[in-house]
Amino acid sequence: MRHSHLIACHECDLLHRMVAVPAGAAVRCRRCDALLRHPKVNSLERTLALAVAGLVLILLANTFPFLDFEIQGRVQRTLLVSGILELYRQGMHSLALLVMFTTIVAPLAHLLGLLYVLLPLVAGLRLPGRFQVFRLMRRFQPWSMMEVFMLGVLVTIVKLAKMAQIVPGPAVYCFMALILVLAACTATLDPHQVWERWEGHCP
Amino acid sequence: MSAAPLTARAASLVSCPCCHLLCHERKSAAASRCPRCGEVLHSRKPDSVARTWALTLAALVFYLPANLLPVTTVTSLGKTQSDTILSGVIYFITSGLWPIALVIFVASVFVPLLKLTILIFLLVTVQRRSAWRRRDRARLYRITETIGRWSMVDIFVVTLLVALVQLGALANIEARAGAVFFGAVVVLTMLAAMSFDPRLIWEHDEEIFDERGAAPGP
Repeated sequence: MRHSHLIACHECDLLHRMVAVPAGAAVRCRRCDALLRHPKVNSLERTLALAVAGLVLILLANTFPFLDFEIQGRVQRTLLVSGILELYRQGMHSLALLVMFTTIVAPLAHLLGLLYVLLPLVAGLRLPGRFQVFRLMRRFQPWSMMEVFMLGVLVTIVKLAKMAQIVPGPAVYCFMALILVLAACTATLDPHQVWERWEGHCP
Repeated sequence: MSAAPLTARAASLVSCPCCHLLCHERKSAAASRCPRCGEVLHSRKPDSVARTWALTLAALVFYLPANLLPVTTVTSLGKTQSDTILSGVIYFITSGLWPIALVIFVASVFVPLLKLTILIFLLVTVQRRSAWRRRDRARLYRITETIGRWSMVDIFVVTLLVALVQLGALANIEARAGAVFFGAVVVLTMLAAMSFDPRLIWEHDEEIFDERGAAPGP
């Protein structure tokens, strides 16, 4: 038995009767003010386009030189993963894993999960395990910390600016674009639309 | 509405924690799953108060070594210097880089402490079944959930410093134990915020609340 006309606030459990919500409008819980529904125009198509862009950018950001460090004629070239490898080499295994998870694994899983869910949905196909993938993706999302890493990059550049010259490589620009794309992915995706479409496909 | 507001639990319904589908509560021993997305259904997050207390206290314990032990060691031309998070902040202040000092101080010292204080405050008020400013406490919880991730800044700075400053005898930076403890504090406070159930704030709510809410309701 399902109650599709009723929803409970996920933060305070109060029941609300749902009505059709126009795209762009936001529905908030009348007791605790939590955001209940926020449908968006062309949510799935836009998010899919952004996820494809994000996948290209994440590959570029991880393969091109990230930061070059020049001091007295010596150049230290680094990739995005260099710091993780160096931490691992110094015996800081847990720290290396934490940084790898938050800056590479979680964002990549987020983008791949979006592609696996949205591409077949837009094309009208049904892939196995799509429910688990979408569920896992939603659970990974808080651990994707690209924008925090960007702040770390800025602090590092300022910190080392007196000591030596830092030359940002192409990966830095890909990285900045990637942060915007990831934020846009989160802003355009309406997860309820995904669940509702699937429900329509398999009664 | 004068009596207790109608919640999903009062109506023997469970909202799926993942896809928010409203399902019938089953009183069987086996865990029931959401018919739409397959997530295990819980009316409330399991053992929310105990888990959040455990994770919060663990984070509080780790907060001390995270701030007292050195985060990095710089070796430059034979000289070694260890830095804690606070000495890094002081370095930026003495170099005149106020904005950066403020960023590091807020992200690494202030935010984790604020988060732990808010979590303990929420836990205590929930356990006392307090009715005091529920809406504001719910907002406080939402803030805790969003700000926690920004504490990772210092971990990322250490990662980048370690990668960039590898110039042999000229200059070398190594990560130290303080960074590991600090990473643990961030992860533990994030897990603590995730295991807290904001619905507990609203239990035993018998107040009459505003009927002119913007949302369509019953």
